[in-house]
Amino acid sequence: MIPAPFTYHRPKSLAEATGLLVDLKDEARVVAGGQSLIPIMKLRLAAPDHLIDLAAIAELKGIARGATSITIGAMTTQAELINSSVLAESVPILRETALQIADPQVRYQGTLGGNVANGDPGNDMPAIMMCLDASYRLVGRAGARTVKARDFYLGTYVTALNAGEILTAIDIPVPPAGHGFAYAKLKRKIGDYATAAAGVVLTVSGGKIQTCAIALSNLADTAVAADAAAKAVIGTALDRTALSAAAQAARGVMAPAADARGTVEYRTDVGGTMVKRALQAAFARAKG
Amino acid sequence: MAKTHVTMTVNGEPAEGLVEPRTLLIHFIRENLSLTGAHIGCETSHCGACTVDLDGRSVKSCSMFAVQAQGAQITTIEGMAHADGTLHALQEGFRMMHGLQCGFCTPGMIMRAHRLLQENKTPTEDEIRFGIAGNLCRCTGYQNIVKAIQYAADKLNGVPHKEAAE
Repeated sequence: MIPAPFTYHRPKSLAEATGLLVDLKDEARVVAGGQSLIPIMKLRLAAPDHLIDLAAIAELKGIARGATSITIGAMTTQAELINSSVLAESVPILRETALQIADPQVRYQGTLGGNVANGDPGNDMPAIMMCLDASYRLVGRAGARTVKARDFYLGTYVTALNAGEILTAIDIPVPPAGHGFAYAKLKRKIGDYATAAAGVVLTVSGGKIQTCAIALSNLADTAVAADAAAKAVIGTALDRTALSAAAQAARGVMAPAADARGTVEYRTDVGGTMVKRALQAAFARAKG
Repeated sequence: MAKTHVTMTVNGEPAEGLVEPRTLLIHFIRENLSLTGAHIGCETSHCGACTVDLDGRSVKSCSMFAVQAQGAQITTIEGMAHADGTLHALQEGFRMMHGLQCGFCTPGMIMRAHRLLQENKTPTEDEIRFGIAGNLCRCTGYQNIVKAIQYAADKLNGVPHKEAAE
């Protein structure tokens, strides 16, 4: 399988990349790790005339810990997330999630920026970014702006990223020390997209849940926050009633596709189960 | 389409060629360099038969363009045996533990296991299985592939290997 012909660009700076993107307009696509784009180019589901590779732009790499937030460059790979001691300590849900993405070879190449910018509801990181209330930095020739993960996803492969813009970094507010977290992902095999998956970040005090965020992967046309489900467990000690209420509320925002992974009914049902499992695991890990 | 001149180091030797941007790394390795050890299996980045070692990472060379490997240090299965022709510990392990049946997945398995053992010199069975999850063996001979990697880990660590082949 050989992709359609294209011209390859390897800019060395962000300004050069955004300039190319503006000049070449719809005929160009940026490539990050290429683990989604290159396979679909081989299938000729994508046939850009120009490919702008972000790999040589040093400013798009790296993990920086600030006082209250962590900034991760868009070209940081899943393997680099997994191996980061800073992230393991401050935002461990990133490692837990990255380890459930694809397989080792894909994780060496695939990037956080590509994962969140692609707009594929099957990607795992968008839901996690919603749980963490992360923001994306978008840079175009006209300047930079920031969009919250919760406001970024408009439809399948449709995002708030405008033509000519590149997602350059992700800003994550550091969750409180002792927070609980989990990403529960049901999949048919390693490497598969989720049949259903749920991410949870919560805090506990005096044995009761103080704050909670829940978001779902591959259970709607975009990653989706399940705020009513989160609200259902706040103030509780995650008893059975609260768990069931959360699962039920989460099912209310699910609209999965019927595909080889299961029927709508099945995926909605196990979606609720993933919410329960993620809540239980996060609650057990939380200190307080 | 205009061709681009690419240079890289493959198995310690300089390699170069003229490629179209759309030329996949696996095609460059097999067709331009005539190194046919890395295989084209699924071509959909699932099977891992095309795995090579590139700048310290295991990559599926069917999911990368040759132009993206400009300047890279690449090792393929052809670069694994020692200069005197004796087998690398992994190759010996696959031989001793019957780690292959048809052999199609073997070059990718060995290249992936090579990087795994660089990163984790004493992997558990679970870690080996998780570490080679991107490589499929359609003969389903995974038990002996795991044993072959354990054999190699022991040999590289200078530990006697006790497990017998089945």
